[in-house]
Amino acid sequence: MANMSLEKNKMPAQSPEERIKNFSEVALGYTEEQAIDEAKRCLNCKNKPCVTGCPVQIDIPAFIAEVAEGRFEEAYKIITKSSSLPAVCGRVCPQETQCESKCVRGAKGEPVAIGRLERFVADRHNSLAEISTEKPASNGHKAAVIGSGPSSLTCAGDLAKKGYDVTVFEALHVAGGVLSYGIPEFRLPKSIVQREIEGLKALGVKIETNTVVGKTVSIDELMDEEGFESVFIGSGAGLPRFMNIPGENLNGVYSTNEFLTRINLMKAYKSDSTTPINAGTKAVIVGGGNVAMDAARCAKRLGADVTIVYRRTEKELPARAEEIEHTKEEGIKFEFLTNPVEITASENGWAKSVICQKMELSEPDASGRAKPVPIEGAFVEIEADCVIMSIGTSPNPLIKSTTEGLAAQSWGGIIADENGLTSREGVYAGGDAVTGAATVILAMGAGKKAAAAMDEYMKNK
Amino acid sequence: MFEILEKKNLNPFVTLMKIKAPRVAKKAEPGQFIILRTDSEGERIPLTIADYDRSEGSVTIIFQIVGATTEKLNRLNKGDCLHDFVGPLGKATETEGLKKVAVIGGGVGCAIAFPVAKKLHEMGVEVHSIVGFRNKDLVILEDEFRTASSRFMLMSDDGSAGEKGLVTDALRKLVESGEKYDRVITIGPLIMMKFVCQLTKEYNIPTVASMNPVMIDGTGMCGGCRLTVGGKTKFACIDGPEFDGHLIDFDEAMARSSSYKAFERKAHEDTCNLFKGVK
Ligand SMILES: Cc1cc2nc3c(=O)[nH]c(=O)nc-3n(C[C@H](O)[C@H](O)[C@H](O)COP(=O)(O)OP(=O)(O)OC[C@H]3O[C@@H](n4cnc5c(N)ncnc54)[C@H](O)[C@@H]3O)c2cc1C
Ligand code: FES
Repeated sequence: MANMSLEKNKMPAQSPEERIKNFSEVALGYTEEQAIDEAKRCLNCKNKPCVTGCPVQIDIPAFIAEVAEGRFEEAYKIITKSSSLPAVCGRVCPQETQCESKCVRGAKGEPVAIGRLERFVADRHNSLAEISTEKPASNGHKAAVIGSGPSSLTCAGDLAKKGYDVTVFEALHVAGGVLSYGIPEFRLPKSIVQREIEGLKALGVKIETNTVVGKTVSIDELMDEEGFESVFIGSGAGLPRFMNIPGENLNGVYSTNEFLTRINLMKAYKSDSTTPINAGTKAVIVGGGNVAMDAARCAKRLGADVTIVYRRTEKELPARAEEIEHTKEEGIKFEFLTNPVEITASENGWAKSVICQKMELSEPDASGRAKPVPIEGAFVEIEADCVIMSIGTSPNPLIKSTTEGLAAQSWGGIIADENGLTSREGVYAGGDAVTGAATVILAMGAGKKAAAAMDEYMKNK
Repeated sequence: MFEILEKKNLNPFVTLMKIKAPRVAKKAEPGQFIILRTDSEGERIPLTIADYDRSEGSVTIIFQIVGATTEKLNRLNKGDCLHDFVGPLGKATETEGLKKVAVIGGGVGCAIAFPVAKKLHEMGVEVHSIVGFRNKDLVILEDEFRTASSRFMLMSDDGSAGEKGLVTDALRKLVESGEKYDRVITIGPLIMMKFVCQLTKEYNIPTVASMNPVMIDGTGMCGGCRLTVGGKTKFACIDGPEFDGHLIDFDEAMARSSSYKAFERKAHEDTCNLFKGVK
């Protein structure tokens, strides 16, 4: 019997009052009973509309049917046919604009909680199964993977399973890309990311951290001198954008990358950390994406009174629905239709306030998108001794500028075809390095496609 | 893990270490830097490459004990390992077309200035070196500078080593005496570089200053190392560390470099207290 409740099973979570005092995970995950009950809300539609909403086409109704029957490992096998990182994606995918947006149950009431079920299945598997220590037989070919975010982890894993000798080169001292340095612990526990990386190592993947490709070693050297037959570039979109307004270089002004890196990678939130962080007493975060929500919630946990300043309206906030909800619950204020034009300084050279232009939305243009336009003469001043710029990132030009013949867009994105092949033979790319800042699931999917193409290429060479 | 092959105290506050890092050594050029962490919980700190030996696969760093991390680093000995060591980062010093250069170092900045002087000297460039220290106990690399320079001037604040005075006094003297440089390269405390640049502006001598701001990743990812050069925001780790000294906003750089002073002082004291017990 289908469960005809109009609402999803609620996600157990730490209460807002409690969680703003710690960095532990907010959403706690379904119990078996909750998961089975939620799975029974699925109508198992023949035409599977949800699958069309999934960037990697997970057979969603099939895995949910297994959950409904309590066959959780079967469900796990179905998901991992299409996705390499279910514990991650179940937590961070924007399900409301992907699979869940197509769910028939959503027409009246809430859609099936596909993301929460995915997370449940992956967590349950991880809590029971040991990491397999079986190494696939070597096929004698060598591949290099640059970066260690979701695209790279997926590409490296798929290649290693086929017997390739894979080395991952990561610039930072920890692998994981944005999963390690960007997304905070309270949303994606680092132990989950570490488990993925341990899994890769068990498959025989070598991980060379502290290696900046383009500086420490070039792609040409990897191919010509070190015998790598094919290379995957998954270097992400890590270059922070600033607004270029007066006062942006004052003390207390951060890019979100810096703020989050200090917190997540360098653990500056711990009292014994050797890396300093300053969230001030009043923090202003500029932007409206997941990145802005993460920064805001971190600043809150460090004790600041936090305001998010966004130049469009609530409707246009690009962050995941759950993040916006959690952010609001935590007592973080929003100023919509507000755009910073200057950061003022205190006598000692720290940020003191943000002066913002009030905006209004124009009539939608030909593309249907309404643009924020300034309301002449309307300004507000918001007090802030910490200002965090979360207005986007773009691909780092380092690899492009040190790899001859590697074609890139004018904004920095590496040009690659649908299989990830770049303008250089044997060199593939995917994830944010190609698309600009996007999502974990798209990066994961790109890594998968590229691994298949690299396999074809090396086999036939 | 990166092994310490050699350790030498240059003065009570400045230490030289040779680190086994073959990939970094293979690519290193004067003017570039590395980022290291002493242990798995450590902070990332940037240090300029003082020397390298490609055949041995080693990189030399010279650091002044100024905070918790350099204190910890100085506790390590030959045979110990650094947890992380990444580089070479930043752009190498531009040396093309130079015929006569004044290299001006201050304090531990001399450790960074020396490889530049050495490389220029080896290229056949006429090098005049001016180095300044607070007093004679802090003097480092004097002999090395002498062999790499056709003129060498040692200055100290109290006159206990070389001449009493500032590096800018020495530079003014040389220029007034008719020396003509196609470039001045200056590396040292921000305040010293600021005044060197003011002086060379007066004489219209092209000048580069090597900046060493707060950094985390060193690859252009965090923006923590940003500074204003000619009215534009630049990232020291990828656009620098050397910039046109006449265009750098030194006052802003000095304000930014003080952002974590209170934290660092506390961390340093904590580390010292920690080690008091084990000594
Ligand atoms: C704070 C934050 C929150 C986010 N929240 C979400 C979310 O909730 N849901 C979602 O789907 N997406 C989210 N995203 C986006 C998502 O994380 C990215 O789209 C995804 O991680 C991109 O993966 P990637 O493999 O392309 O690269 P990345 O994860 O960016 O990894 C790239 C790696 O390459 C390394 N690298 C770069 N250059 C070099 C080099 N020259 N040599 C060696 N290594 C190099 C970098 O150090 C990095 O580790 C968020 C992003 C941020 C920053
Ligand atoms: S150190 Fe992070 S951008 Fe320069």
